[in-house]
Amino acid sequence: MSVSFCGIDLEHPIINGSGTFDAIAARRAFGDALLERFPFAAFVSKTVTVAPRQGNPPPRLWELPGGLMNSIGLPNKGLERFAAEDLPALAALPVPVIVNVMGFSREEVAALVEAFDARSEVVALELNVSCPNVETGLVMGADPWEVSALLERVRPLTSKPLIVKLTPNATDVPAVARAAEAAGASALALINTLRGMALDPRTGEPWLGGRTGGVSGPTVKAIALAQVNSVADAVEVPVVGMGGVQSGRDALDLMRAGATLVAVGTESFRDPAAALRVASELDQLLANSAV
Amino acid sequence: MSAERTLAPFGRRLAPITASEQHGAYVVLRCSDLEGPPPDPGQFYMLAASSRWGGGDSERPFLPRAFSVLRAGWVGADSNGGVELQFLVEDVGPGTKRLCELRPGDGLLLVGPLGSGFAQPRDGRRALLVGGGVGIAPLAIWQDQLAAGAQALLGFRDAARAAGAALLASAQVATDDGSVGHHGLVTELLALELERAADEVEVYACGPPAMLDTVRQLCAEHAAPAQLALESGMACGFGACFGCVVPTRDGYVRLCLEGPVLDAAVLETALVEQ
Repeated sequence: MSVSFCGIDLEHPIINGSGTFDAIAARRAFGDALLERFPFAAFVSKTVTVAPRQGNPPPRLWELPGGLMNSIGLPNKGLERFAAEDLPALAALPVPVIVNVMGFSREEVAALVEAFDARSEVVALELNVSCPNVETGLVMGADPWEVSALLERVRPLTSKPLIVKLTPNATDVPAVARAAEAAGASALALINTLRGMALDPRTGEPWLGGRTGGVSGPTVKAIALAQVNSVADAVEVPVVGMGGVQSGRDALDLMRAGATLVAVGTESFRDPAAALRVASELDQLLANSAV
Repeated sequence: MSAERTLAPFGRRLAPITASEQHGAYVVLRCSDLEGPPPDPGQFYMLAASSRWGGGDSERPFLPRAFSVLRAGWVGADSNGGVELQFLVEDVGPGTKRLCELRPGDGLLLVGPLGSGFAQPRDGRRALLVGGGVGIAPLAIWQDQLAAGAQALLGFRDAARAAGAALLASAQVATDDGSVGHHGLVTELLALELERAADEVEVYACGPPAMLDTVRQLCAEHAAPAQLALESGMACGFGACFGCVVPTRDGYVRLCLEGPVLDAAVLETALVEQ
């Protein structure tokens, strides 16, 4: 069930959502068995920022009916140490590596794109635009003009595919998607987590250390399906669909809604090998429907 | 804490429940793991019931729950019978409630063994185990494996929970309500023991955050080395979710990867937000 995505040949259409699988940590827990049965057709890194980040204070998790809310805060080693320590380790994976980056200004994103353009281990870049531009105060991915300006700045810096990871917390997601495509995005990925909040029943104060968090898991699947469908209808470039995928049926739904690839995220927390099962179920469903 | 760790098979697997035994307020769940290796003392598993656990009906529990191993051993004379794993469960929420309902023949889904367990005592010291409530679990498997045995001090809320003390050998018990053993905190027993023998012992502790932090402080005051098995809310158990971080002197670490057993010296506090 091989698939071509932005000129990259993949063995199947199932990848991971950024920040939902740490291949280096998983190798410490599972050893080389992870490489022998690597669950994703391409590996997307956790978000890398220019400066190292500790992430948000705990508590960082809140369980929901059929889902999870997290407030992790993008902890990462920063560009320099990620490029020096993690990229060589990720190159040992049996699949292509996509690096997800985020900047607090267009210049920061430009620095990240330039740095990874120079690295042969990286097959494509994903831009996390779910954060505010500190210069304008606007969430980059919530505003078509911001996304346009960002792509115009960074598109000339690399010939590698640029995937824009859209935020679902925007008034008009297809408008943002069209702006990204017009400014040179190679593909779009959605949905990121939906903004939510939980209160500590004892105090009435926000439970999460970051006060609000991102909702994921099967509880967001219907929203993902609608947003993926509206974006796929609005653009010509390929779409990576994600949000609550637990089964081959869920993946097939997103593909029927217009996705070329499907990412598994929260379900990998429940079973690290979940994506293998999703890919095999999807393969079976596609084989049956082809008859 | 331990430099070596036993690796987990990749992926979630089904282990049938073989027994569910009531020990006062606690349940000991036994299951038969045909694929996994025997865990190290202090390692943990992510557990979920194979039915009525998230998914279809979209109700909690949704995520698996992290449990230290209470006991483990080969079934039969060789490895063909697999490993019997035992877990200690107290019904305190939707996940533990569902686990307590499981009966022989029901399915338990597990990922593990995960994390890094206890390391041998340093410098010829003897092990002194300090447990609180359901946190006594990893101390039982550790006591089983320590060649020289180990003294155990265990604290519980009341008599129903103090029934769990029988899971360890020759434990000295404290209860909050005075119904069994010393009327007071287990850390009061620890303080007495450290007055006597701080230079002879290495402390191994697991229990509620307030107990662990008192253990940490007492051991620091008496210059006794201590290994603490901490708990933190976890979604995955293998470093993917970044949800279980605890603050150390070097910043946040993922408890599922660097712990759950940490050297008390790396912590400024053991009062971890759950």
